[in-house]
Amino acid sequence: MPSLGADMEAGTLVEWLKKPGDAVRRGDIVAVVETQKGAIEIEVFETGVLERYLVDVGVEVPVGAPLAVIRSPGQAAETTAPSGPAPTAPPIVRPSVPPPAPRTAAARTGHARATPAARRLAEARELDLTQIQGRGPKGVIMLADVEEAAAARGAPARAPGAFNIDQMRTAIAAAMSRSKREIPHYYLANSVDMTVAADWVAAANAELPPERRLLLGALFIKATALALKTFPEFNGRYENGVFIPSGPAHVGMAISIRGGGLIAPALHDAADLPLGEVMARMRDLVGRVRAGRFRSSEIADPTITVSSLGDRGVETLYGIIYPPQVAIVGFGKMVRRPWALDDALSVRSIVTTTLAADHRVSDGHRGALFLARIGELLQTPESL
Amino acid sequence: MSPADIRAVLKDELARIAPDIDFEAVDPKANLRNEADIDSLDFLNWATALHKRLGVDIPEAETRELVTIEGALAYLTRKFAARGA
Repeated sequence: MPSLGADMEAGTLVEWLKKPGDAVRRGDIVAVVETQKGAIEIEVFETGVLERYLVDVGVEVPVGAPLAVIRSPGQAAETTAPSGPAPTAPPIVRPSVPPPAPRTAAARTGHARATPAARRLAEARELDLTQIQGRGPKGVIMLADVEEAAAARGAPARAPGAFNIDQMRTAIAAAMSRSKREIPHYYLANSVDMTVAADWVAAANAELPPERRLLLGALFIKATALALKTFPEFNGRYENGVFIPSGPAHVGMAISIRGGGLIAPALHDAADLPLGEVMARMRDLVGRVRAGRFRSSEIADPTITVSSLGDRGVETLYGIIYPPQVAIVGFGKMVRRPWALDDALSVRSIVTTTLAADHRVSDGHRGALFLARIGELLQTPESL
Repeated sequence: MSPADIRAVLKDELARIAPDIDFEAVDPKANLRNEADIDSLDFLNWATALHKRLGVDIPEAETRELVTIEGALAYLTRKFAARGA
């Protein structure tokens, strides 16, 4: 069970996507676990053949516990003798701490693919998801399907929004309490004139079909990732008293989850992707978060977080760092403001950018230069 | 595709970006972005999905027509008819 981020210690296995005997390659999705933040697709770290499962569907598994045995290419097949350790048995990576005895999930929500809202309602109403016909994309069970099943059973459906989001709240509380307890934050803000960038995006979008249109959010992520090349002390993890910088910028994109809570899955290698690709990955991430399904590497890998408030909301965001990361960059709502340009006053589109960073790793001086660099990169959108 | 079919597509695609929203309960004249708490990326994904499923052009300047269910239905019905003509 790979790391599921700073705030999750376990997940419940809900589905195996590969069978014993199947060939698997590094990066393949082999299983799905249900967590406090939704369903997460588990990617495999090794290439080989899935020898056997070590965990059954419905079992809660702590981070670090082995899920299955994978035989590397060339390694002999495991003998199937029922007693005694097989001499050729492939090594099983053990967690440093022995996992607690597996618990069976309280509610029967295994196997079926469902939206988070549908899953919550099914749990609240004690409905078996595997018995409900999904009519969403690829048979995903939608809220309406569960409502219908609940209605068919003759009980009044609970209104959306009344769901128990305690688990998500608990996970966020743990991560944010740790952040506020351990990380000495400092905060900086900078107003950036986005008029040129906004005009550039509008002009580009006028010629593009909807699937290729850009949002300013893509420019924010790309500019932040590019600026990190010059300011590596904001990109990485602080673990066991040491800062470990990351080469690539895996930008965690903060996405609010409908019904409560948020998640910031990684947009991998954001500095090296063309802007259009950054935008495509953002859409894909949001789509999958809405469907309540993302990948384990997206949860485990972010090296910095970007939180963009979009065109609603407020002007300034004071971020809290998601440990073990060391920085979060915020972008507020764009507003029209009087602005001195050369020696004249004009009306420009302004975005307030903010940085919250870990004072154990960096200082305000470098933080200011980093934030200013992001603002500078946003003045030449065509080079992003 | 009839207006009823287009309405079904709208319902289907709204469920994808806002699975917790009951399409039938949404005021068809209300601004969906406020009513259903749709952010700019979800809204763009919605416009993209409608463009792809109905095969009609939706220029950037006209996406605001999609901001209410009633407006979207009228706009897409018109565009779909124009496409067939």
